[in-house]
Amino acid sequence: MRIQYNFAFLDEGSKREIRRATLKAIAIPGYQVPFASRELPIGRGWGTGGLQLTLSLIGKSDVLKVIDQGSDESVNAVSIKKLIDKTTGVPATDATEAATLIQSRHRIPEVPLRTGQLLVLQVPMPEPLRMYEPSELETKRLHGEKDYSGAWLMLFEQIMKYRSVSTGADHPVMVNDRYVMAPSPIPKFDNPKMNYSEALILLGAGREKKIYAVPPYTQVVSLAFEDVPFEPESFPGHSCRQCGAEDVFMDELYDSEKEETYYQCNDTSYCLQRMNAQPLV
Amino acid sequence: MGYVAVKGGTRAIEESLKRLQFERLQSGKVIEVEAISSGMRGLVDQVMSESSLYSEELAALAIKQAEGNPEEAVFLLRAYRSTLPRKHYSRTVHSAEMRVERRISASFKDIPGGQVLGASTDYSHRLLDFDLLEETTASATAWLEQYLGMEELDQEAFAQEGRFPKVLDYLRKEGLIADCSVDSTEPDDVTRTSLTFPATRSEKLQILTRGQTGAVTSLAYAVIRGYGMVHPTVGELRVGELPVYIDSPLTQNTDEDEAYYIGEIKVTEVEMLVPATVEKENGRKELELDFGYGLCYGQNETKAIAMSILDKSLEKGDKSIPTQNEEFVLFHIDSVESTGFISHLKMPHYVTFQAKLNDVRKTRKQSTEKEG
Repeated sequence: MRIQYNFAFLDEGSKREIRRATLKAIAIPGYQVPFASRELPIGRGWGTGGLQLTLSLIGKSDVLKVIDQGSDESVNAVSIKKLIDKTTGVPATDATEAATLIQSRHRIPEVPLRTGQLLVLQVPMPEPLRMYEPSELETKRLHGEKDYSGAWLMLFEQIMKYRSVSTGADHPVMVNDRYVMAPSPIPKFDNPKMNYSEALILLGAGREKKIYAVPPYTQVVSLAFEDVPFEPESFPGHSCRQCGAEDVFMDELYDSEKEETYYQCNDTSYCLQRMNAQPLV
Repeated sequence: MGYVAVKGGTRAIEESLKRLQFERLQSGKVIEVEAISSGMRGLVDQVMSESSLYSEELAALAIKQAEGNPEEAVFLLRAYRSTLPRKHYSRTVHSAEMRVERRISASFKDIPGGQVLGASTDYSHRLLDFDLLEETTASATAWLEQYLGMEELDQEAFAQEGRFPKVLDYLRKEGLIADCSVDSTEPDDVTRTSLTFPATRSEKLQILTRGQTGAVTSLAYAVIRGYGMVHPTVGELRVGELPVYIDSPLTQNTDEDEAYYIGEIKVTEVEMLVPATVEKENGRKELELDFGYGLCYGQNETKAIAMSILDKSLEKGDKSIPTQNEEFVLFHIDSVESTGFISHLKMPHYVTFQAKLNDVRKTRKQSTEKEG
């Protein structure tokens, strides 16, 4: 019993169905389009939504980049790349500019994306209102009626309790002045990169069976109040120990020999590129 | 030469997979797929049911690859299932046509056609059979010969194995349970369109039947123990083979005689009786018997019973009771989804955690500033 898998694993009918949902998502920015998510050979909750988008869209002429929490070499990024390579043979790259299709978990690369590139984000919880409303039927109605008082109230309560918002990653955004959307758990630092992005951004939630999108040049505003403005994470006074970058999202690491904390670019390929551009000392 | 990325991830995975292979093979013994499909019927049935894929051979292969871990075996089969196009829908399968191997009713002693205990562990004593430590093919063959020889006396019983009238039909004739008319609406397919709420009955039944055995059982246990329902009674539980037909793919013909027989599936079917109060005119109340339905691949009796309880519970739909809340039940019983999301917590969360850390520090800093 020898089994040959189809190009990009899924059967063509499934791919077409996912692409149809994707087109609808692009047509209604920020709206979560339900789709019949397929089980994949990687864990449900390990990026199957993003992977289904990638598999349904990838063509032989694509150049693929996969990152997981900023790293091209993280185990899960490697595992996803390996599966795509095995079923498509499409070449992979670490260089953000060289990629046509980028699948990422929880980061938007530091190198600005350009027209023609496609960013696929993996989404664990696509519903920004789930935090205060467990029912899907109910949240669907709230979106339909553009009733986002709960989302505002949630931020307001956080400010009252903690004096600032504590959304961590996945800070909700308003897309095209219509839908409140979960940007996936990217740090607040990356939220502004979605605003008027030149690249098409697709978001896929496999377990929750939703696809949504931010088409190029679409307004994406992080929810905030006039008197308590949106504040991305910052690393004041710190620079990357390897490449010296300052205005980037950084990993906080601990040097056990020197017994001190140090910082390093979270986007590993960006860091590497900068290091290689610097004259050798 | 410039800097290059540390290829730690790639190598670590390769070594980890080798280690996994080693764990499976280290005893030097190889378990044959055929040995699994013939000797682990219970696990094969459970895996086929949770995978929504009827193939004893592939289920056995998945079990072998997963080293007997059902969650992993179901995962393998579901992923394989994603590569298969949906080419046909079968014709409606009528469970009255089941070739029955076992059927019991807890409601009536004397049911038309009689009770058939069949193969069941129900009345076995759960004493470890140490003889099995020494079991050989020869001893098995000898036992089989003796058993089948003896059965000649019982040919009549063997011949009788077959169609039986449904117990509930009898009650319907008596007018004791509400007559439910045949619903010919085309069922939804949860593997092709995603679940929306309120869910249709066909969607609910599909999600329940592919639910994780343990999860379905636990939630149904909660229903009968204290979350919503009085004691239900098994109207009929039957295990047997159902023939499956598809319409000819070449013609538009939906004539039954032109249909193709594609094989048999073994299923467990449960029709559960549940007492219910119905409101009549002027607030007068009457007691009636309602029923819940359960059907799963293979001999999975506990799961089929649990499914029938949850079916009825969901039909009641009081959202304040978790076991009657369709979103609560249907969203959380799938093996691949629940185990996938729980296990994803093992993945690195460096960025998301850093973002949270940033918030925590900020609120702390602000509170000390305020105090100071």
